Amino acid sequence: MLSYTFDWSVITSGQYHDWLVSGLKVTLQLSLAGIILSFLLGLIVAVMRMSHLKLFRWSACVFLEFTRNTPLLVQIFFWYFGSYKLLPTAVNEWLNNTGFEFAAGLIALTIYTSAFIAEDIRSGVLSIPKEQMEAAQSSGFSYLRSMQYIILPQAVRITIPPLVNQFLNLAKNSSLAMTIGVMELTYQARQVESYTFKGFEAFTAATLVYLAISVVITFLVDQYNDRVLKIHKGA
Amino acid sequence: MKMALLSNFQVIADNIVYFMVGRWPAGPLGGVGLTLYLAVASCILSFFGGLILGLLSVSKRKWISWPTMLVINTIRGVPLLMVIFWMYFLLPALFGKTITETRTVILGLTFFTSAYMSQIVRAGIEGIPKGQMEAAISTGLKHWQAMVYIILPQGLRNMIPSFVNQFVSLIKDTSLAFIVGVSELTHVATQINNRTMAFPTEIFFFIAVVYFIICYAFTSLSRTLEKRLEWRKAI
Repeated sequence: MLSYTFDWSVITSGQYHDWLVSGLKVTLQLSLAGIILSFLLGLIVAVMRMSHLKLFRWSACVFLEFTRNTPLLVQIFFWYFGSYKLLPTAVNEWLNNTGFEFAAGLIALTIYTSAFIAEDIRSGVLSIPKEQMEAAQSSGFSYLRSMQYIILPQAVRITIPPLVNQFLNLAKNSSLAMTIGVMELTYQARQVESYTFKGFEAFTAATLVYLAISVVITFLVDQYNDRVLKIHKGA
Repeated sequence: MKMALLSNFQVIADNIVYFMVGRWPAGPLGGVGLTLYLAVASCILSFFGGLILGLLSVSKRKWISWPTMLVINTIRGVPLLMVIFWMYFLLPALFGKTITETRTVILGLTFFTSAYMSQIVRAGIEGIPKGQMEAAISTGLKHWQAMVYIILPQGLRNMIPSFVNQFVSLIKDTSLAFIVGVSELTHVATQINNRTMAFPTEIFFFIAVVYFIICYAFTSLSRTLEKRLEWRKAI
């Protein structure tokens, strides 16, 4: 260790620097696409979970419990290695031609995150007074329309901070996609390490990038809480 | 398609012992056994880690609490995978000798989980009414004595459900040990998958179910404990 010479130029310029930057791009792509898709899926699951129909409520419950109580890594492997038996041949061929690693990673991350988002949305909806729903329905809205126009818009407003935090979790969790060969930030850091033996520098760079993402997001959430929801820290 | 899927579960039956305990008792423990060992060992260690970090972070002395919070937030801002890689790198350098992969992973999980446990400890301490501390100090106890004998025993009881939830996360997180080659359940599954080639769907679905059974048992336990605590608080 003492004989180790630091060489930061490895990561500040040149080919290996470009690898890390491209890794960051993939991490961000994965997280952005993931958060949008998992928000939509989470919304559907949350509405199903609160539905009056037993079938919907039950299937949403099973989905939530199963997704939240199994490791993300196993889910990634399941979709990457195992989904070809579940999908039609045409879809498999198309996926194989368009870079299946990214798609499998995205599917697994989306499903995993959507379970947490669904619970966030549900607790947001439960925090809206019951009378809102009653009033909406008594003025002629159906259950689904009252959700759409009255309850969800209010619930989403207070669900934004936990949602943004889920984005942060997603960005961190996307590092697991390296196990199936998605060339995201952690993958590239490891790649730089094995090519240059400058693991210390490469991992420092990747760690700092993850930290920067988390600092930015924490700051945004604090600002939102402070200005929009008027929740003041320490008050 | 469904019939084919069911008939192929033979591969699970053939390897069931390997899934459960690896090569034990003739060789080292693996599979579910090792997964549980990793989870329990890191849980015990990170309980104490979390307790220490949590107590330091609520210290009134800024020069203690501030750096502690910095450490906690840094760990929380980085993916677990990154922490495990750092351990893999730094531990041999720090100790001047190679550390077994299993220990590396346990230390990585401990380091990571301690940061999250510390937040549970912190919330538990802050949840105890201020009057308790004031009363304790006015009976002549020093601040640390009041903390150890009065505040913590009450706080810890409230923290139990959150600790159990953290243990569930830990069980899921042990799957990352796969990456440094520790033969826990996920690693065993990939081995069997590589050997048999033809049944990835069945294999990864099976281990997902195994993880689910273990995690769901503890999730249910945590819910029961939470209800019992609420009932206790109500009387």
